[in-house]
Amino acid sequence: MSVTTKDAPVLTPRPSGGVMQSVRDSLVVAKRNLIRMTRIPEMVIFGLIQPIMFVVLFTYVFGGSISIGGSTDPQLYKEFLMAGIFAQTVTFATAGAGAGIADDMHKGLIDRFRSLPMARGAVLTGRTLADLVQTTLTLVVLAGVALIVGWRTHENIGKVLCGFLLLLLLGYAFSWIGALIGLSVRTPEAATSGGLIWLFPLTFISNAFVPVTGMPTFLQHVAEWNPFSATVAGARELFGNTMPGVPKSVTGAWPMEHPIIASVIWSVLIIVVFRSLAVRKYRSATV
Amino acid sequence: MPGAIHAEGLVKTFGDVRALDGVDLDVPEGTVLGLLGPNGAGKTTAVRVLTTLLRPDSGAAFVAGIDVLKKPNEVRRSIGLSGQFAAVDEYLTGRENLQMVGQLYQMSSRDAKARAGVLLERFNLADAADRTAKTYSGGMRRRLDLAAALVVSPPVMFMDEPTTGLDPRNRQQLWDVIEDLVAGGTTLLLTTQYLEEADRLAHDICVIDHGKVIARGTSDELKARTGGERVEVVVHRPDEIEPARSVLTTLGKGEVTVARLSRKLTVPVSGGAKLLAEIIRELDGSGVEIDDIALRRPTLDDVFLSLTGHAAEADEHGDPEDKKEETP
Repeated sequence: MSVTTKDAPVLTPRPSGGVMQSVRDSLVVAKRNLIRMTRIPEMVIFGLIQPIMFVVLFTYVFGGSISIGGSTDPQLYKEFLMAGIFAQTVTFATAGAGAGIADDMHKGLIDRFRSLPMARGAVLTGRTLADLVQTTLTLVVLAGVALIVGWRTHENIGKVLCGFLLLLLLGYAFSWIGALIGLSVRTPEAATSGGLIWLFPLTFISNAFVPVTGMPTFLQHVAEWNPFSATVAGARELFGNTMPGVPKSVTGAWPMEHPIIASVIWSVLIIVVFRSLAVRKYRSATV
Repeated sequence: MPGAIHAEGLVKTFGDVRALDGVDLDVPEGTVLGLLGPNGAGKTTAVRVLTTLLRPDSGAAFVAGIDVLKKPNEVRRSIGLSGQFAAVDEYLTGRENLQMVGQLYQMSSRDAKARAGVLLERFNLADAADRTAKTYSGGMRRRLDLAAALVVSPPVMFMDEPTTGLDPRNRQQLWDVIEDLVAGGTTLLLTTQYLEEADRLAHDICVIDHGKVIARGTSDELKARTGGERVEVVVHRPDEIEPARSVLTTLGKGEVTVARLSRKLTVPVSGGAKLLAEIIRELDGSGVEIDDIALRRPTLDDVFLSLTGHAAEADEHGDPEDKKEETP
């Protein structure tokens, strides 16, 4: 085994810095994470089973009992529910991003990356982009399952696709929260549980699974200002799944009156805030 | 002229612990500095500061003539880092790992691919190139990690305990690789817990403890300070202690110490194996029956005992950065 540096190829370093390097480095890291996903297919499969179970359980267990605008017709609940399940699914991808980054820290890969002359945010951007790809696949499968159990949209395809884009934007925003959690905890296990627990109140104190009408007034306010609710309401509107008997807003909260634009604003705000926090944290990351 | 790695007055504290307490280092171009110290001495912290992973509280550092604090990204272009943890992605193949690192060193994807092929060949990993690193043995992972650090043939290399946890054969192989590298002109800073490793690889050795440099010099100088080699003899019967002592007094180079209960005699010597043979002959000639005899060279423990009065392993005051050193 002989390793001399003399015969190393003469390397012309590419021009560095700027947006192009950032994009390129992010794509290199995204590719790495996507390759990993194909090597650990069970992660992708488990990521699919959970939302599918939610679709089936909610549809058939709660479907006939939950009153949507005064009617317990299961078909109404199916249409009401799906935007909520989709939104919950994209936010649960957060935990994956957190656990992945915590695992990289733990194994010393973050040290390796940080010692390389690469763009500052690329490790995290690459990770969140790969998660976005995974979330998209999950949503496609989930939408298929939803159609099988009887979910129907009542708007043109363009609007329906915009509904999915709104959901993916929320998922992407949340993966930056996951990234920050992953960088802040000591072990991948902590990132998984820490990445999940706060999602339960966040997704349940919302309009996702039941109309907020039945909640105590205080929770109604929380639910209607919840960024998650805005996306659910926005997607419902774009899918044509709004229910005539369910008021847009109970408390008169602005995001509920304008759910689509509110959803975009919330998601962009989350990305801006949590991306800069996460990149800052990354730059000083130590195990 | 300052060396390829140069640090002055580095201080880094973690809470109450002064992980680095005014460390000065200088590694002339093309030479190897062995940074020795027990767990928690501050070795890893020093490497992390020099490789831009950690900002010191105060002090200055230059690598390849570039200010580490002011131009970290330029420093990153000129260094390779190989950690004690084999920092490779275990779900990627060896080839994919090296290509990724090459691209992140800003090589074009074609150059990165070509370079990965060359390195895999060099490091005897060609057969395993398209298997995931998960399937690699410990030694193979270290080699892959080292290959990743060498992707751009950086002029300055940092290796943090490169052989910790490796079996002797793999350690030997890695030493060969490192020697080749240095012969090619690379400047290397190497941390280790093994004096033997520093002895073999390093031109200069720097011993640190509690964040301070407590000794520096060549390995011979350090050994001399530690008292050099000695012979240990365990005789079969208690009444053989006195005849053995007189033999050792004649052939040894200093005072003979005796542990009566274990019938063990120790004497500093110089002359190595040849002298050992002579001692055995003489003892035999005096009718002394030997249970055990050994030529002992100073270990890191001995260096530590003589320099600090405490053993290397029993160090509890950690520098938090070095905690990872405890895990194999």
